Amino acid sequence: MPEQYKSATDLERAPVIGPGYTFGTVTEKISAIVLTRPATNGWFIGFGIAFMLTMMLLFALGYLFLKGVGIWGVTIPIGWGFAIINFVWWIGIGHAGTLISAILLLLRQSWRNSINRFAEAMTLFAVACAGIFPAVHVGRPWLAYWLFPYPNTMRVWPQFRSPLMWDVFAVSTYATISALFWFIGLIPDLATLRDRTEKRWLKIIYGMLSFGWRGSARHWHRYETAYLLLAGLATPLVLSVHTVVSFDFAIGIVPGWHTTIFPPYFVAGAIYSGFAMVLMLAIPIRKIYGLEDFITERHLQNSAKVMLATGLIVAYGYGIEAFMGWYSGDRYDAFTLWNRLHGPYAMWYYSLLACNIFIPQVLWIRKLRTSPIALFFISGVILIGMWLERFIIVAVSLTRDFLNSSWGMYYPTRWDWMTFIGTLGMFLAAMFLFLRVLPAISIFEMRTLLPEAEVKE
Amino acid sequence: MKRDPIYGIMAEFDSAQALVDAAKKTHEAGYQKIDAYSPFPIEGLAEEIGFHRDEVPLVVLIGGLIGGCSGYLMQWWMSAVDYPLNIGGKPTHSWPAFIVITFEMTILFAGISAVFGMLALNGLPMPYHPVFNVPRFSSASKDRFFLIVFSSDKKYHALETRRFLEGLAPKSVSEVPS
Repeated sequence: MPEQYKSATDLERAPVIGPGYTFGTVTEKISAIVLTRPATNGWFIGFGIAFMLTMMLLFALGYLFLKGVGIWGVTIPIGWGFAIINFVWWIGIGHAGTLISAILLLLRQSWRNSINRFAEAMTLFAVACAGIFPAVHVGRPWLAYWLFPYPNTMRVWPQFRSPLMWDVFAVSTYATISALFWFIGLIPDLATLRDRTEKRWLKIIYGMLSFGWRGSARHWHRYETAYLLLAGLATPLVLSVHTVVSFDFAIGIVPGWHTTIFPPYFVAGAIYSGFAMVLMLAIPIRKIYGLEDFITERHLQNSAKVMLATGLIVAYGYGIEAFMGWYSGDRYDAFTLWNRLHGPYAMWYYSLLACNIFIPQVLWIRKLRTSPIALFFISGVILIGMWLERFIIVAVSLTRDFLNSSWGMYYPTRWDWMTFIGTLGMFLAAMFLFLRVLPAISIFEMRTLLPEAEVKE
Repeated sequence: MKRDPIYGIMAEFDSAQALVDAAKKTHEAGYQKIDAYSPFPIEGLAEEIGFHRDEVPLVVLIGGLIGGCSGYLMQWWMSAVDYPLNIGGKPTHSWPAFIVITFEMTILFAGISAVFGMLALNGLPMPYHPVFNVPRFSSASKDRFFLIVFSSDKKYHALETRRFLEGLAPKSVSEVPS
């Protein structure tokens, strides 16, 4: 922690942008990453590994299309398995991007300006990874479009009373709105890149993508209105998406799923894992590209606080689940609790408690909240913990339902793992490319943070 | 109508404050058809140049209403009229189950209207525009601020307007060819 921050309040008031920057230098510094700085060997190695993992994903999916879902570990009674675990995990990670870009915008948290762009990109890529799983999990993925209500010769329509249909609408709306929000934010920055680049073909590409943005006061006015309204729309949307995902479980009657605590605790868990992913990306990016002046200790500290708060909500969710298992008097609920603590997956449940509840409590220590390395590892632990949470919800409940004649065990196969790790590769590959072709930090919003941007009437 | 070879006269400023002050003076001097360009949104600048009607919220409202109504009607028609399925005697028109998709469709349509409505009202995409003819204008997306008086303005006069803009202490003044 640098000397100048003597107490917690000093850090609170610390500027969200380092001293000595002007409109010009902010612009140059961020656009240089895209326009002038050459790709390093480290970038090629990182992208290469991520790209190979993406190829592994395609291989695993190709084999899946040939053989069918039998190559996975899903078998009755475990019909959902890795596909749904990973879907929920990825969708949850996406939530932090929208939270940062929309909710913090409405709350006038100006520190968001330097992390919203890549957090939104993270959202898009995470939703893309998430979308793969339900689509290939339907069994005949080439018919996945049957999920949408389109006029067809079979003269049937989807069942709108099913939460799975709600999910189709929630996730596709979320993907669309996130993409629009990301793109509308990019338009002025694409105009900046158009004006900065020396290469003609880049000028044309960025010029077309920026729609010929010229920064007219009238345009800015409508732009800001649209941006604010979009933020206002995205705020209930992001809360609804994981709520609807939790309905996939909560509307069912399986013990351990059928509970009203699911929507709030799923949303909190989503933001929890999302901020962990934001930190895992932001910490290396700020280090490698020298952006410590833009993504400051205050950003890390604030993100850590959000994780701490949402983590406590998640802990409350676990507590209520356990309490209701006992208090409801329902023997199946009580057994679910007993099974989590003593059943065949007990070790995973204890790991979950350690990763999501106990280890993140070290974030109460300010020294760790401001230490990038510590935060990086704690974020990793939280991401693992949130994945375990979905594993516990899906696998533990399905392996032990009402009749012990239908009990079973869930063993993921190598294809399950290849698909999951493959999506991690795809996510990282997309992030690597994003960093090289688009401004990873919103340039025009960073300009508004400078003191010169203030205008007196 | 004969097209004026000059699109307008443009003055360059180096701070947001200077631009707002200049825009205010220009508008007060009676110029109506003016515009200001800045690398980031400046609060109150649009009002200074006489922009008061922002239709984006109306577009978003209409979009949201269309989305919500069509979302609900779609589910009602598909589930209760065209393809009614009797499942355990439950009502086919079960409105509580339709709320989620109605909500999502409202957001979807409102969001799409916000983005495309904003672009359409701004007349974008427009990759070419006369102001780009001014070489120094490329800084408008970086750290410079510009004010233009269009030649279509009633009060526009090639010499007097130029003199007026020069009186606002700009960094430079240039003619914009159309």
